[in-house]
Amino acid sequence: MARKPAETAQPPQQPNVSRDELLKYYREMLLIRRFEEKAGQLYGMGLIGGFCHLYIGQEAVVVGLEAAAKEGDKRITSYRDHGHMLASGMKARGVMAELTGRIGGYSKGKGGSMHMFSREKHFYGGHGIVAAQVPLGAGLAFADKYKGNDNVTFTYFGDGAANQGQVYETYNMAELWELPVVFVIENNQYAMGTSMKRSTKSTTLFGRGEAFGIPGEQVDGMDVLAVKAAGEKAVAHCRAGKGPYILEMMTYRYRGHSMSDPAKYRTREEVQKMRDERDPIEHVRQLLLQGGHAAEDDLKAIDKDIKDIVNDSADFARESPEPPLEELWTDIYADDVPQQSSQDVNA
Amino acid sequence: MATEILMPALSPTMEEGTLAKWLVKEGDTVKSGDILAEIETDKATMEFEAVDEGVIGRLLVAEGAQGVKVNTPIATLLAEGESADAAPAPAAEKPPAESEASRDKASEAAEAPAPAPAAAKSAVESVHTPEPDESPDWPEGTELRQMTVREALREAMAEEMERDESVFLMGEEVGEYQGAYKISQGLLDRFGPRRVVDTPISEHGFAGIGVGAAFGGLRPIVEFMTFNFAMQAIDQIVNSAAKTLYMSGGQMGCPIVFRGPNGAAARVAAQHSQDYAAWYAAIPGLKVVQPYSAADAKGLLKTAIRDPNPVIFLENEILYGRSFDVPVLDDFTVPFGKAKVARKGSDVTIVSFGIGMAHALEAAEKLAEGGIEAEVIDLRTLRPIDYATVLKSVQKTNRCVTVEEGFPVGSIGNHISAWLMENAFDWLDAPVINCTGKDVPMPYAANLERLALITADEVVQAVRNVTYR
Repeated sequence: MARKPAETAQPPQQPNVSRDELLKYYREMLLIRRFEEKAGQLYGMGLIGGFCHLYIGQEAVVVGLEAAAKEGDKRITSYRDHGHMLASGMKARGVMAELTGRIGGYSKGKGGSMHMFSREKHFYGGHGIVAAQVPLGAGLAFADKYKGNDNVTFTYFGDGAANQGQVYETYNMAELWELPVVFVIENNQYAMGTSMKRSTKSTTLFGRGEAFGIPGEQVDGMDVLAVKAAGEKAVAHCRAGKGPYILEMMTYRYRGHSMSDPAKYRTREEVQKMRDERDPIEHVRQLLLQGGHAAEDDLKAIDKDIKDIVNDSADFARESPEPPLEELWTDIYADDVPQQSSQDVNA
Repeated sequence: MATEILMPALSPTMEEGTLAKWLVKEGDTVKSGDILAEIETDKATMEFEAVDEGVIGRLLVAEGAQGVKVNTPIATLLAEGESADAAPAPAAEKPPAESEASRDKASEAAEAPAPAPAAAKSAVESVHTPEPDESPDWPEGTELRQMTVREALREAMAEEMERDESVFLMGEEVGEYQGAYKISQGLLDRFGPRRVVDTPISEHGFAGIGVGAAFGGLRPIVEFMTFNFAMQAIDQIVNSAAKTLYMSGGQMGCPIVFRGPNGAAARVAAQHSQDYAAWYAAIPGLKVVQPYSAADAKGLLKTAIRDPNPVIFLENEILYGRSFDVPVLDDFTVPFGKAKVARKGSDVTIVSFGIGMAHALEAAEKLAEGGIEAEVIDLRTLRPIDYATVLKSVQKTNRCVTVEEGFPVGSIGNHISAWLMENAFDWLDAPVINCTGKDVPMPYAANLERLALITADEVVQAVRNVTYR
């Protein structure tokens, strides 16, 4: 069950999952993969500036967890956020145009790769300070509990962030107040260039929740079905009013920490082995083909469709104008807050 | 049609690089993720991966070539069955000319002297109104009641919690202990533990939870036992609360109040005696309030709780027990950005706020005995600042002294002085003097502590200096 991705791949068994579901996961993961590749390309062309952290390799984590979410659930994450946005239903165009710093981006070009938001899709960022999103996510859950609804907040952070003190302040309060928050540790095994072995003597990260009374488990984050199953369990725990739950997703990023990371801290062979043996998209692809759910041609059609969406987003991101100069001075203060009025609390 | 593979930018600042090594040769089939080449930037040697699949047609730049500009074609990629001689399609992945043009436009705009009002104005000037708002804080004849600052703050919170269910208070000892400084006394009994939330000692964590709750639609009041402890939480205040509205293009407002005692109390030494007014006032996206009187404490806190932005509300322990007149009104609020002329005078303008006002008013009384009439202005809010009221007064008195408890370097007084130099240079008959706390960590010894703090006598001396009397 809790299986580290470094272990060798097992032949895909035919799990109890419908064709439609498998196709949906394939499609969503592929969209993230192709989108990120395109983003990397646009970065290389100088169309995307600053820091740009790609999610390639980790797609199964967000796609699997989104499959366990319901309308109203919230999500918040770090700066490696493009995949989370696409998986939450935000449009590729708006995300890519934010990467290029254009008015058509989700933040009108004022946030960039690391700072994007969508109230409509309950996506609360996109945060550039490592681990700052962890108490923020617990705060979102606090608001839902205060309002008395059954929404859950997925709070994503990495193995690097897991060594920040505010994570444990948050664990303590989240359990104390029984907040409906799923802490998702995306353990891609490297905090920028420092491997987990070189950061801590802890052998697991989910286990640290035990000190606060928070249950959790390690999950094969390269297997979208395992992720979804674990997500459902965690969400059920939260919705039942039992407080937070920790999922440690064992995953892997194929690219460097950011675009400017030469990734000399690991071998090319290590990356290639992961790609060859544990790729989350290939996994679903094989389930589809071997289960007789889809033929090569069906998948090719999806590939083309995704490629079109991504190319369209890149075209949009290049054609969308830069923000007008007046935008420098807007959105510093809110005249009023574009969010739920206090009525939905008072009601 | 063949596509060109371009020299990539591999860091935020890279403009050119060395093509250190080709890892493919002409005719090789590549797929997405395969390494094509090693490229040396000014910082590192990076592996350059293929994005599209295809067959390498021509290598256009030789191994070892230095100074290869970003976006130079370095190879061609052929589709299945295509010949290497196929004409490349250079337009495929080039940045559009229009984007270059707009970039040029932007840099021109940055260099051009004040092209448009929007691009020229500073955030500071944007709050400047030409005519000060001189309306009274409450109608003449309103019944007044003596009340301590502590009671005023408590009433403000209670009234707002009564008015809006989304308002709640969280912090250390705010509930069962009844408040470390008894500001929240009785609120737990009145509103219950759902809305008066005792936290563990975790400033960083609960400040972040408060900000998240504000994103989630609530209106938290986060009490810091003192603002000294808020330094543990300052990342959440500045990076999360203040900046998110801007970074989200206006989507994600953060209606939250951070409040608690600020500045020196008595004999608690360096780590517990600091005025943070200038720190927070430096941050666009925050609003910063530092009241002096009980009426202002009440009226401004009510405004702060209703404000859709993050508000830093700086109280003072020494003032908590002092009594002032507070109007008896159903819903008394004081707007932000409106200074108060606390004393009329014609010879000098003393600008202060918070506990500095106690020293300023005391100095004004002493000066009056010597025939110098000081006009004393209480800024009340430090972001936004009511420049209009200060300007109008200085145009009348031609002299200005600022008074605050904080450190001298980068103080609010420094800022007011600079602003007056830019906007009222011809009106000034003397340099502006800033009276501040001394440039030392607060000492514990009683005599040294007295020496470190600003005093009314120092203000009197500063006024004598600027009035040459």
